[in-house]
Amino acid sequence: MIHSLFLINNSGDIFLEKHWKSVISRSVCDYFFEAQEKAGEPDNVPPVIRTPHHYLINIYREKIFFVSVIQTEVPPLFVIEFLHRVAEMFQDYFGECSEVTIKDNLVIVYELLEEMLDNGFPLATESNILKEMIKPPTILRSMVNTITGSSNLGATLPTGQLSTIPWRRADVKYTNNEAYFDVVEEIDAILDKSGTTVFAEIQGVIDACVKLSGMPDLTLSFMNPRLLDDVSFHPCVRFKRWESERVLSFIPPDGNFRLMSYHVNAQNLVAIPVYVKQNISFFESGSSGRLDITVGPKQTMGKTVECVLVTIHMPKVVLSANLTATQGTYTYDPVTKILVWDIGKLNQQKLPNLKGSLSLQSGAPKPEENPSLNIDLKIQQLAISGLKVNRLDMYVEKYKPFKGVKYVTKAGKFQVRT
Amino acid sequence: LHVIMIARGKNASDLFPAVVKNVACKNIEVKKLVYVYLVRYAEEQQDLALLSISTFQRGLKDPNQLIRASALRVLSSIRVTIIVPIMMLAIKEAASDMSPYVRKTAAHAIPKLYSLDPEQKDQLIEVIEKLLADKTTLVAGSVVMAFEEVCPERIDLIHKNYRKLCNLLIDVEEWGQVVIINMLTRYARTQFLNPNINVSPLIERCVYSALAKRKPYVMDPDHRLLLRNTKPLLQSRNAAVVMAVAQLYFHLAPKAEVGVIAKALVRLMRSHSEVQYVVLQNVATMTIKRRGMFEPYLKSFYIRSTDPTQIKILKLEVLTNLANETNISTILREFQTYIKSMDKDFVAATIQAIGRCATNIGEVRDTCLNGLVQLLSNRDELVVAESVVVIKKLLQMQPEQHSDIIKHMAKLTDNIQVPMARASILWLIGEYCEHVPKIAPDVLRKMAKSFTNEEDIVKLQILNLAAKLYLTNSKQTKLLTQYVLNLAKYDQNYDIRDRARFIRQLIVPTDKSGALSKYAKKLFLALKPAPVLESPFKDRDHFQLGSLSHLLNAKAGGYQELPDWPESAPDPSVRNVEVKDSVRAGGTVTLRGRAPGGQACGHCSSSDTGSGSESGSEESGSGSESEESEEESESEEEEEDEEDERTKKKKKIEKSKPKKPESAERSECFPFRSMISSINLFIFSSSVDPTPSPQVTPVNNFLLISCPHLLHRITGEGLAVEYCFSRQPFSPDPHMVAVQIQFTNNTSSETKSLHIEDPKLQSGMRIKEFPEIELLPAGESVNVVMGIDFCDSTQAANFQLCTHTRKFFVSIQPPVGELMVPAFLTENEFKKEQGQLMGMNEISEKLNLGEKCQSDHAIVERVTAKANLSRVPCGSEKENRFAGKTVSSGSLVLVTVARKEGGGAQLTVNCEKMVIGTMLVKDILQALTQ
Repeated sequence: MIHSLFLINNSGDIFLEKHWKSVISRSVCDYFFEAQEKAGEPDNVPPVIRTPHHYLINIYREKIFFVSVIQTEVPPLFVIEFLHRVAEMFQDYFGECSEVTIKDNLVIVYELLEEMLDNGFPLATESNILKEMIKPPTILRSMVNTITGSSNLGATLPTGQLSTIPWRRADVKYTNNEAYFDVVEEIDAILDKSGTTVFAEIQGVIDACVKLSGMPDLTLSFMNPRLLDDVSFHPCVRFKRWESERVLSFIPPDGNFRLMSYHVNAQNLVAIPVYVKQNISFFESGSSGRLDITVGPKQTMGKTVECVLVTIHMPKVVLSANLTATQGTYTYDPVTKILVWDIGKLNQQKLPNLKGSLSLQSGAPKPEENPSLNIDLKIQQLAISGLKVNRLDMYVEKYKPFKGVKYVTKAGKFQVRT
Repeated sequence: LHVIMIARGKNASDLFPAVVKNVACKNIEVKKLVYVYLVRYAEEQQDLALLSISTFQRGLKDPNQLIRASALRVLSSIRVTIIVPIMMLAIKEAASDMSPYVRKTAAHAIPKLYSLDPEQKDQLIEVIEKLLADKTTLVAGSVVMAFEEVCPERIDLIHKNYRKLCNLLIDVEEWGQVVIINMLTRYARTQFLNPNINVSPLIERCVYSALAKRKPYVMDPDHRLLLRNTKPLLQSRNAAVVMAVAQLYFHLAPKAEVGVIAKALVRLMRSHSEVQYVVLQNVATMTIKRRGMFEPYLKSFYIRSTDPTQIKILKLEVLTNLANETNISTILREFQTYIKSMDKDFVAATIQAIGRCATNIGEVRDTCLNGLVQLLSNRDELVVAESVVVIKKLLQMQPEQHSDIIKHMAKLTDNIQVPMARASILWLIGEYCEHVPKIAPDVLRKMAKSFTNEEDIVKLQILNLAAKLYLTNSKQTKLLTQYVLNLAKYDQNYDIRDRARFIRQLIVPTDKSGALSKYAKKLFLALKPAPVLESPFKDRDHFQLGSLSHLLNAKAGGYQELPDWPESAPDPSVRNVEVKDSVRAGGTVTLRGRAPGGQACGHCSSSDTGSGSESGSEESGSGSESEESEEESESEEEEEDEEDERTKKKKKIEKSKPKKPESAERSECFPFRSMISSINLFIFSSSVDPTPSPQVTPVNNFLLISCPHLLHRITGEGLAVEYCFSRQPFSPDPHMVAVQIQFTNNTSSETKSLHIEDPKLQSGMRIKEFPEIELLPAGESVNVVMGIDFCDSTQAANFQLCTHTRKFFVSIQPPVGELMVPAFLTENEFKKEQGQLMGMNEISEKLNLGEKCQSDHAIVERVTAKANLSRVPCGSEKENRFAGKTVSSGSLVLVTVARKEGGGAQLTVNCEKMVIGTMLVKDILQALTQ
């Protein structure tokens, strides 16, 4: 299966390599560099690259290329999914997944990779099990380690691997027992020039942070489960219960995890919380253009729209922007040609507006196309689909936990065409 | 630390001897790091690595299963050929280890050893075969992985484990699921019939008389089982699992059912761009075969300006494949916005896509063409060039109507510099020079002027044009052609020189010119078939979807071909695990279908097991919400049963008199085992580990007897009660026979508090009522299990069945065959026991086998349908042996059916209880002679 793994940073340095079978020379990465050069953007590097003797399957995450070397047939998604799991595990362990943190924690990284794959086949990929074997670094522990000379390896044996519930570690104890759920919904939409919806849908996830002692058995029910059209679950969720009763019944992993992700029934009309009036035009003569954007709240269900951010990828010929914003600030990066307008909170009374002129490279023909606008926004305490959690029940354990549900709506891939 | 150096790719091998010494170190942490080091460098420093081997060998004998496992893991990772025999031995030993975790590690070690020394294959296959029979979810994924790497061609090893794998699947860890599903897809392709082809004559050779109804196509229940058990995995969070199920459905499911995967695949499109890339590749292939499936999700494939180019192009491919008469206008409108994109590669692809839509859908051809012609005035040269190429292809389909477009394009030669586009225009003009008689020579004139500066493909087309014009309009172009040919004669490119020479010989009449020149016109101006614009994803589905080979459209190393469906199904009985044949006897299939409802995932009770508290089950009943449906209460009931049974079992074993772990094995093969029951089971098996012997396989536990009425709907005033002997062990009391009772409320009002009262029993008989059913809503039904100790007699148990309003007198009389449970014996044990039950205890009867039960299969099926016995392996072909014990007293019941020549047979029953023996002989006799 997975033969070797190379981590490569943006400037093309191989800063980590790991082999699960015999060693493969890092020169194999040259094929990758070749493909990378051809692709230009990191996004455009083909995930699967063929070389004379190997196949390279890679992902790009947090400015790092995870390049794995494969020798024989294996489902590509299998490898891709695993590589993402590795990246997530680093994030989980070190707070972020970056070159610096990986280099700082090289020993742990190595131990993790050793446990996650055996002979190239995934062995332990559940964070709860791994954490039992390899303790994540904390400041205190690294201090102690330096003094005493011990490492982060747990002295305990990985009993979790023998567990019947591999996602939960044993003997969890908390003084404060709490279970928090975040219902996060994202609106994916494409609006056309006139503001009509070309395509819109709502994708949601329920992220949980469960810190409960013992082996609690939770049941989460919704007021309106019919809204959910397509769902996928963490392995802890009992699918049969969902099929028959539409409740989520599960023994949770300890800590943070994604309980489920869902797609809201397409028949329901998606409420679009903001509208955008825009006019971007370039003039044939004078190498200049005009830009005028107004953003206003539309269907917000009485909530305030926050963290509004408009991002525009300008055509290459746009040299600079001279604009005035009635609210928030804007920046234009002449290298990446990205215009970002950070608006903040949307005000019903006074609609934010960004207006001014764009100067173009002189002599160049005016751009054919108008750039599209990408919108970011956030609405607290609202799930735009109307999904509501009914109740959370706990069985087995006797104590009374703190329970909480938070709703947030965000813009996903929200694009306005111009 | 050395590890750091390894990680950085530096060579730390000089330190090897120093490090190896640390192997024996007590500290686990240091040990682990040393392992990492050792595995990395052992290959280079073989002699020194051997020093450490003895440490691992000691580790293999450690009482702690985790240490045993990790010792094996490291040992098998050391790539030194000398230790192959040691590894082999270690693997063999570990494969029969008590701990499933060690067995899992053994499975992992198999491919390692295989790659080190392929000559060990045969021995390894034996180990794989043994591990395949393992019944724990922990091992399943790993051993199938080993199977795929070592001996994927030995499909025969899967037969006996097929159903078990299907049933375990949902509880296997994610990565194992992917491997198993992919393997089962291949397996199913060899064993079942294509569900999308109506095959009627092929089913004739069906062995089972029950099935020989000559239906046009009957899906093998095992095929159905696979489809049904994989479907929930579409909801997995792991993209690879979802893809695996999707490809399984695509390759195996009947057309009407494939649709379910679309939604899940569309969901994956929200994931990371690499996942999107792979999924879109597969969707593109699927849309060619089954367009309808993705049509409702058309909009999910709309392209955003922020998508990476490779994703955009794949989405475009999918959109093009999805285009049909009804949605083409929407799609074209979308395409129009794409054309304005900044990403020029993408624009070019869009134009190609428009061209393909236009060729596929006749109605929009003109619209598309007009749109493309408009693009010719685009500022971007790439766009124009691409449009020209596409227009050329489109025009070829109906050139007559479009001479003005050709004229327009002729003008473009002044501006367009992209060679491919210029070549296309020239070809067009040459081909249809009759439609533009005035312009064509003029174009040739211009081209002749610029000939030397053109690219090679353009030069070739100029020659072509010249030749064609010479043939049609030699008056005007004779000199021009000569000139061009002369230029070409001295070109640097030999292709062009060759072509010029060839053309000259062909078209310019000379004395020597052969017969060919007569046909010059025919050669050059032959009607050319219009090109077919095809998707690059056409026919890619001969590769298994989701595979690396499919993605690359080329066979990757180790790729196993997806076999074609067989013409006729191989014998399905190979998958039968002992007496399981009866499963396919009609009615039971539906019962299986009902099982998931009944076994709805246990809720609160499950956690009790998890934490291991013993009083849990009772409490869970009361702790549950009152709003629970009947189904649930029933499942709870079953759950409790299983659980109790297990606790009991455990105790039994603690007493260190483990008889035979039948119950575990039996529940193991129950289909749709909820997650929780497997958990229970696992606790159980990890603590005791019933080493399964490969020959004695679990007995069928499905309801074998059609449900007799306990209470008819009419006499029960709307309440119908059916019962059957579930053949499951009744866990609260092993001496009782489990009776499954189904209540159906046919009235229009609720029935409350169903319970049993006032049992009237023969002396010695006992009864364990089911818990009271509080509420049965109208139209619903519910299943419960009760236990009756019949004291090994066929006397009826009488009792009253009460509802909140009425009481009914009912009685249950067991057939003698239900008074026993299967016993697992080897052939020798059987013979020994039989020897002790001679004389009075042996009843023998001669019979003539009925027409339909001449075969072994039929005999096994009939006997096990009649009595709850298990088959005993038997050396002689003519004999079939069965064994069981009575439920109440545990006396052995041994049955032998020996076939004779000419359809005769001898039936022998040995049993201490003579009454039971006599009755059993009667029953089996009847079953076999029918």
